[in-house]
Amino acid sequence: MKRKWFKIIEKGVESVLFTSSLTTSITVILIVIFLFSEGIGLFFSKPIDKDSIIGISKQNTVSKLSSAQLNHIFNQDLTNWKAFGGKNDSIQLLSINNIGDYFAEEELGSSFENIPNKINEFVQKHPGAIVSFSKTYMPKQFAGKLLEINNVGVWEFLSGKLWYPTAQPVAQLGVLPLILGTVLVSLVAILMALPLSIACAIYLAEVANSKIRNILKPLIELLAGIPSVVYGFFGLIVIVPEVQRIFNLPVGETAFTGSIVLAIMALPTIITVAEDALRSVPRSTKEASLALGATHWQTIVRVCIPTAKSGIAAGIILGIGRAIGETMAVLMVTGNASTMPSLFAPARTIPATIAAELGEAPSGGLHFKALFALSIILFIITFGINLSVSYVKNKNKSN
Amino acid sequence: MKKVVSIVMSLVMAGAGVVNAQRVVCKIKGSDTCLPLIQKESETYQKKNAGSSIMVTGGGSGVGFAAILAGTTDIAMASRSMKMDEKLKMNEAGKAYTEKVIAKDALSVIVNPTNKIGQLTREQLEGIFTGKITNWKQVGGEDLAIVVYSRETSSGTYEFFKEHVLNKKNFGPKALLMPATGAIVQSVSQTKGAIGYVGLAYLEKTVKALKVSYDKGKTFVEPSVENAKNKTYPITRPLYFYYLKSSEKQVGSFVNYLLSAEGQSIVLKEGYIPLQ
Repeated sequence: MKRKWFKIIEKGVESVLFTSSLTTSITVILIVIFLFSEGIGLFFSKPIDKDSIIGISKQNTVSKLSSAQLNHIFNQDLTNWKAFGGKNDSIQLLSINNIGDYFAEEELGSSFENIPNKINEFVQKHPGAIVSFSKTYMPKQFAGKLLEINNVGVWEFLSGKLWYPTAQPVAQLGVLPLILGTVLVSLVAILMALPLSIACAIYLAEVANSKIRNILKPLIELLAGIPSVVYGFFGLIVIVPEVQRIFNLPVGETAFTGSIVLAIMALPTIITVAEDALRSVPRSTKEASLALGATHWQTIVRVCIPTAKSGIAAGIILGIGRAIGETMAVLMVTGNASTMPSLFAPARTIPATIAAELGEAPSGGLHFKALFALSIILFIITFGINLSVSYVKNKNKSN
Repeated sequence: MKKVVSIVMSLVMAGAGVVNAQRVVCKIKGSDTCLPLIQKESETYQKKNAGSSIMVTGGGSGVGFAAILAGTTDIAMASRSMKMDEKLKMNEAGKAYTEKVIAKDALSVIVNPTNKIGQLTREQLEGIFTGKITNWKQVGGEDLAIVVYSRETSSGTYEFFKEHVLNKKNFGPKALLMPATGAIVQSVSQTKGAIGYVGLAYLEKTVKALKVSYDKGKTFVEPSVENAKNKTYPITRPLYFYYLKSSEKQVGSFVNYLLSAEGQSIVLKEGYIPLQ
């Protein structure tokens, strides 16, 4: 009778365990699906607002412009149609935000009902006109012609070097500087953190006596508990001026500064996990090595580290994960200039971009989708790192 | 018994009195520039009018406008006026709103105190912030690379500076976008070739404010409360409150308090420029 009850309870516990692991996996999958469904939409939209149109005068011989070319026009870098293969006419801009320069607000009507007429008037008057407006205010019989604009291309998105997601009317969505910035900052951070943290883990696990370990271990774990914004502030006030002074740079907010802060932040994660792995090497294995005449150091290098390899690798993955995904500290110390990164110049990372801009981006808009597309890239990067590390781990095991 | 009844009565009366006096419950969201001022104003207001509860949050002017459009805030505070496309969106949503200027703010262009340059024209500022001028040598200073600090794109200060100083051109790609005004002050104070812009209220002794000329170098004006008040300093901007006409009753008394002599004295105390 009792046995029967036990069996039922066991079954119950089993199913609880099963459901909890199932929910976790489903949640993860749902998040990934959500990410992709929001982000992929970017490549089916045009780099202008959903309801916007761009029109030019009928006499104009130009009919197609890339988003980079439009950026030059609305940035007033190029002010003549000749630069785009058109006639020698100076470019006249009219958009929703400068319509006040040409027409008084009273002229537009109390609920802006006169805007369509004014657009037509402008296009007819100026042969070099280019107008950008919401479709709602599109005249019924447009006196000009509409400009064709291509969808955002995947390649254009990945290889573009300009990131002006809020530029009006045509957003510039080039994420290459952001991707390279993220990779550079976290790669250098891990290169700095690895030797230090592995050495520290070995010392704590194998060399230090229990008295020292009892002081050091809680201290290191405390480091993991400090909020990242505190690291960021510390970086901004202490590390930024030092980097600037030591390397004699014009500016201290650089990719390198971000790497230093990230390295400090990744330390406790790697140390704690790697130390646990080293300490869980079976006593018998170590004693066998010592009994065969190996010295303490030979035992550490030849026996303990290879045995604990997978645990150390797990620590490294977690450390890299923390470095790549870290937002706040990086946002504060790397300067966030979206230029092609070099180690001693300001850089902008993907998480910092998402954190700084998502609050402003209207939900479902182009900017919003672009930020989700960015997070897909971030996801793919971390996923790739995880895969490669587990590949290395398995390879070592089979040897 | 009579006593008890009278106490209860007086309590009820008192309660009713509080309701009749301006008991304001509202949410305010938007510009980070306005944030310290409005927080101070709402604190003093709440102290004087028990039972009022005013929640003030920042995020940027654009965030405030998005929130009032979505109906998640009662008042949008902003350091720039509503853009035309935002007006159109409000119009499409059928939301009539009131715009009130509540105070003014002057933007000061700041450099590191070791910088010899003390004044710049608007054209020079445009060149520097759009990335065409890259060395202090080009504007008469020493041979030192210029490091441009700006706010993030969600900031109203960013938009205002772009519109009124850069003539609507984009910031150069090398500009460092900082998450907060305090961070700009900190960075400019410790970077030799730095230039940035902050509200007058954020000026500190660790940075140097430049005199600015808007008439091609004829007169250079120093940013100060005085010069902003008498309108000689050019980079001055109004700070706004936007609220729906339908919620006028709910928020009106707080807005009136802001515009009162007492509210405006707090404006001055906090380093902003009061309306006359």
